Amino acid sequence: MLAKPATSSKALSSLHQRVGPCIASASRLPPPSSSRQQRRNLATVQDGTPKRTHGNLPDQDRIFTNLYGHHGADLKSAMKYGDWHKTKEIILKGHDWIISEIKASGLRGRGGAGFPSGMKWSFMNFKDWDKDTKPRYLVVNADEGEPGTCKDREIMRKDPHKLVEGCLVAGRAMNCTAAYIYIRGEFYHEATVLQRAIQEAYKAGLLGKNACGSGYDFDVFIHRGMGAYVCGEETSLIESLEGKPGKPRLKPPFPAAVGLFGCPSTVANVETIAVAPTICRRGASWFNSFGRERNSGTKLFCISGHVNNPCTVEEEMSIPLRELIDKHCGGVRGGWDNLKAIIPGGSSTPILPRRICDEQLMDFDALKDSQSGLGTAAVIVMDQSTDVVRAIARLSKFYHHESCGQCTPCREGSKWTDQIMQRFEKGEGREREIDMLQELTKQVEGHTICALGEAFAWPLQGLIRHFRPELEERIRQTKVQGGEPLAGGWVHDAQKRGMLIAPGQ
Amino acid sequence: MASKLASFLLRRSASNGRVVSRHQCRRITATTPRASSSLNVHRDAPNNNPSIPFKFTPQNEKLVEEILTRYPSQYKKAAVMPLLDLGQRQHGFTSISVMNEVARILEMPPMRVYEVATFYTMYNRTPVGKYHVQCCTTTPCQLRDSDSIMKAITSHLGVQNGETTPDNLFTLTEVECLGACANAPMVQINDDYYEDLTAETTVDLLKSLQAAAEQTGAHATGSAPGLAGDAGKGAVKGAERNVQGGGERTSKNQGRGYSAQGVKLPSPGPLSGRTTCEPKTGLTSLLEVKEWSDAKMRQDGAL
Repeated sequence: MLAKPATSSKALSSLHQRVGPCIASASRLPPPSSSRQQRRNLATVQDGTPKRTHGNLPDQDRIFTNLYGHHGADLKSAMKYGDWHKTKEIILKGHDWIISEIKASGLRGRGGAGFPSGMKWSFMNFKDWDKDTKPRYLVVNADEGEPGTCKDREIMRKDPHKLVEGCLVAGRAMNCTAAYIYIRGEFYHEATVLQRAIQEAYKAGLLGKNACGSGYDFDVFIHRGMGAYVCGEETSLIESLEGKPGKPRLKPPFPAAVGLFGCPSTVANVETIAVAPTICRRGASWFNSFGRERNSGTKLFCISGHVNNPCTVEEEMSIPLRELIDKHCGGVRGGWDNLKAIIPGGSSTPILPRRICDEQLMDFDALKDSQSGLGTAAVIVMDQSTDVVRAIARLSKFYHHESCGQCTPCREGSKWTDQIMQRFEKGEGREREIDMLQELTKQVEGHTICALGEAFAWPLQGLIRHFRPELEERIRQTKVQGGEPLAGGWVHDAQKRGMLIAPGQ
Repeated sequence: MASKLASFLLRRSASNGRVVSRHQCRRITATTPRASSSLNVHRDAPNNNPSIPFKFTPQNEKLVEEILTRYPSQYKKAAVMPLLDLGQRQHGFTSISVMNEVARILEMPPMRVYEVATFYTMYNRTPVGKYHVQCCTTTPCQLRDSDSIMKAITSHLGVQNGETTPDNLFTLTEVECLGACANAPMVQINDDYYEDLTAETTVDLLKSLQAAAEQTGAHATGSAPGLAGDAGKGAVKGAERNVQGGGERTSKNQGRGYSAQGVKLPSPGPLSGRTTCEPKTGLTSLLEVKEWSDAKMRQDGAL
């Protein structure tokens, strides 16, 4: 799924900046006189606080208990394993209580951008919202298209009741009248399973008029997409749901003010919605006890590529990357030493070379510090046999195919980068063109309506940052074999062959 | 009169100019133009032109009504995507007549429907074979050697990307990520995902589909794409793989195939013996799944 709004991450970082100085000024205060003799240098390690490691999540703390198809997806087995337990009581607690629980749990959006969910949901209950007679919508983003990501599919086909119940709880928190679940069109069977789950819930009186007997009316509908990656972006998803081509809208107005069908609406990822009821049942402090500060909770990781056992697994946030791969995936093919690079969060996050992977923690902040991102936690592993240039070139082709064509920098840029990468794959290029490519990606970043511009720019920047020698080596080899290509990728003897090339070379 | 004459003369001279310039025209780009993945314009063809009538069947009419209830009554056009999909399922592909009929039902300008039909890749605006084989080649699949899968398909069927076999049985399309990356490499055939493939299992799969089509005779009659499988008919606890009851774990039924119109077909899902997305050498988590107990409930008594 596309990393959602650029604004959200900006808002986050500005928040940090605002908080930052206060902490700094507090530490500058003179210490109380009594402790003056005990004053220690800043470099002193605080002893007594044990270093906490993350990972090794026990089975009783897993939320998605049916991840591997242990029991059926029907209502009866779902209830046996805890779904729809005390949902009525949760709903009767009201929107303020649910939102404060979600805020206290520290849940951050699981769709890629990692915006705090409690805060996002609270935007729906703006001043005088109850005087507005318009309907209000919750839109669940199940358009899972990010290469590497396969977590929402598992939720929808095995734990659909978690999602349906989540729609009701999150819908109540935002005072929505209905929820639309936008599933990507290729997931036909997943949509079937989910539709059945919804029908079962209606029959049992858990949805519809007087949902769960709480006096609250709530409907859930399914809308199937038809194969467009860009519809994973929230505003283009709304456009698509309204029956138009999925081209992102300019923000503001934000969907919380003017969204689906012109009404207030909020778009949230499947996993975010599906964990909400369990958080309310088991308590915010339970959820918050996992992971590092500000990166709390459990998370579904999908590991694909060159590992012995690719799989999807639920683990604690902040688990070391190496432990995640060694414990659940049987290690990298050929051992950890055979590792070349890892894309840690789906195709649009920058690639990380092995030396960073050794110590990497898997959470939003740690990966951001490594100039990458958690994204959707889709780990793509590449061993030494990988042609890393080709792997990234294929991603460029993907983005070229999926660009919606609305903004010029993305429409043209994705095509150019695709063409340049296809040449680089074969080594047809000049060394200075690597810098040109870098500059090109920098020109696209931040100049498009949605995040697809960043999404195709970042993997290329990551490649240049960490694998520049490999690109240069390839170019050098081609030069030795034939001759240095002319600028623009023309073969060295293009002029002799009578081809029309740019002047001045 | 004079003004008419003047315009006539002007037009003549303009067309003369065009003739002259045509000789002087030279190609500015030296690269061969690359067509995008599909043509975004409609060209009338014997099997795809506005004069071919299209109507939803009475059964589908009911579905159309049901679909329309999902959206606010003043936003009928939101139903354009599901209706086009329904039309495609009935007709075999999204022809111009399907688009026009959808525009008529939803009372929207036909151009708005064409916009939608050309934007999304899952609307086939040209006929496809009975089995639409969509092979994923994006990076996660590529790392698991989807090249060999692509090669196996092209050499077995003798068609390239985007082509249909002469017997109208298979259409091969190279597609972008289908979202089953932990089960890479994979192909989607009509609505079914076949995962964890190798070159051999891919060829076996194609062969069994071919045999099934020949046995049922669907091959010759050229009916709508896709065998109407048993999937989707059973109850929730019924036979469908994806929604099985707790007792019968899917792994036991791996490779059993499913029957449709009296023919055995390999069941969709991983063809390697895995059930779904678990590690293939045994579970590393969820070793024992306990039923819900109130011991798990929050202890502060808020609920």
